[in-house]
Amino acid sequence: MKRNSVFAVAREAMRQHSGWGRTWGNPEAQKAYDVVIIGAGGHGLATAYYLGKNFGITNVAVIEKGWLGGGNTGRNTTIIRSNYLQDPSAALYEKSRSLYETMSQDLNYNVMFSPRGVMMLAQTHHEVRGYQRTAHANSRQGVTTEFISPARVKELCPIMNIDGPRYPVLGALWQARGGSARHDAVAWGYARACTDMGMHILQKTEVTGITQSGGNVTGVETRLGHIACKKLGMVVAGHASVVANMAGFQLPIESVPLQALVSEPIKPCMDVVVMANTVHGYMSQSDKGEMVIGGGTDSYNAYTQRGSFHHLEETVRALIETFPMVSRLKMLRHWGGIVDVTGDRSPILSKTPLGNTFINCGWGTGGFKAIPGSGWGFAELMAKGESPLTDQFGLDRFRAGRFIDESVAAGVAH
Amino acid sequence: MLILNCPYCGYDKDETELSAGGEAHLKRFGPGASDEEFEGYLFGRANPKGLHFERWCCASGCGKWFHAARCTATLEVFGTYKAQTLEPPQDIKDAISAKRPGWTWRDFS
Repeated sequence: MKRNSVFAVAREAMRQHSGWGRTWGNPEAQKAYDVVIIGAGGHGLATAYYLGKNFGITNVAVIEKGWLGGGNTGRNTTIIRSNYLQDPSAALYEKSRSLYETMSQDLNYNVMFSPRGVMMLAQTHHEVRGYQRTAHANSRQGVTTEFISPARVKELCPIMNIDGPRYPVLGALWQARGGSARHDAVAWGYARACTDMGMHILQKTEVTGITQSGGNVTGVETRLGHIACKKLGMVVAGHASVVANMAGFQLPIESVPLQALVSEPIKPCMDVVVMANTVHGYMSQSDKGEMVIGGGTDSYNAYTQRGSFHHLEETVRALIETFPMVSRLKMLRHWGGIVDVTGDRSPILSKTPLGNTFINCGWGTGGFKAIPGSGWGFAELMAKGESPLTDQFGLDRFRAGRFIDESVAAGVAH
Repeated sequence: MLILNCPYCGYDKDETELSAGGEAHLKRFGPGASDEEFEGYLFGRANPKGLHFERWCCASGCGKWFHAARCTATLEVFGTYKAQTLEPPQDIKDAISAKRPGWTWRDFS
């Protein structure tokens, strides 16, 4: 793969951009690989990348049912933050956030990481206490956050109405080094780097069965026939239960639709990410000028990649008090993704009942921010059988009652 | 917009008038159960892509809990039935069999 640089841009400008080439490969599948990853979303590709980069394992195939990055990686609202309450979460998400800072240089691909700052509004007294607690916890964890006053909120985000009659802004948890990135570019950058290392990305290749022998997985069935592997990683988000069921075990997961929408593009008016968990809404402005708005999940299980319409209405209605300008915006499009929600709202990065099979799922409504950290930790788990980043996130915690309870700290919106 | 008929009060209810209660027909475990059984009861979920038996509460109506048979991939509703049962009544099973030939009721509870 040619390196991207200012000289490459100049060179291609001289020849009508005819020399860029493909970003990732479209190879013929081999009969066998050392490692097969199911799911070429951000987490799956990041896992493959760090398997190669950190552990030298490059005989890897990443198998994807649809197109690369077309699931939740392409459907989220691209918020990156690490202001979690519990130590294991803070460690994992802060690792991830720090990897985002250098991702463009590391991958030689511009993921447009923008550390513009993330604020989580406290609009009830309960939230004020909760976020002050999180700020104290973060200071012990080495995650830089602070609880800021309503006046400071107004200064950072002037379009906000902080004196709403129903939900006045009482303060906010501010993480100045949080922000957003271009979600597609994250998947594309990892895919390009994986191709560079000789890995295979097999798109439009749904896994239809998992073959086993003596408590180990021997391979997967696909339209390309049987693909054998020595180790298997399942990284399929919303369809985690479906794939686990093929392998013969059950997960503590329920899949529900989560929706987002964007407005028409407008001039720059907001240079921070704002999350309002009390009213289940979060908003930022994309580089194109669209206001990107995330809403709540549906209350019932579904795999439809669209959600109930009333959730959009509730989200926008709730945002109007805090952001009056929203009432004058036309909404351009909306979509849904299927999120895999666990019993304690924390992810699963774990061994499975099958010896050589590992699962990475349960990111629920907040997986995008975790992509590099999740890939880093999960690659270590797959290569060495353990990882300090992921050891607390095993499936065994549900049996032991050792939950990582972030429901209170993280709320519903991620 | 999902519309379900409450088998107790008989009214068609919009999903905004109901509250979802997750998977139905879970086998309960309590004191004396093994950790594995209790884990399965509390957290293990079939979470199928397809036919799903689930609990709903007629929250803004009669307030009673009932069951629904619904497809999570198409959102098709095969029917609703009262909760005082260990398995779906025969008419619900027949309605499912008509659309999903070869389907069988799971052997539990």
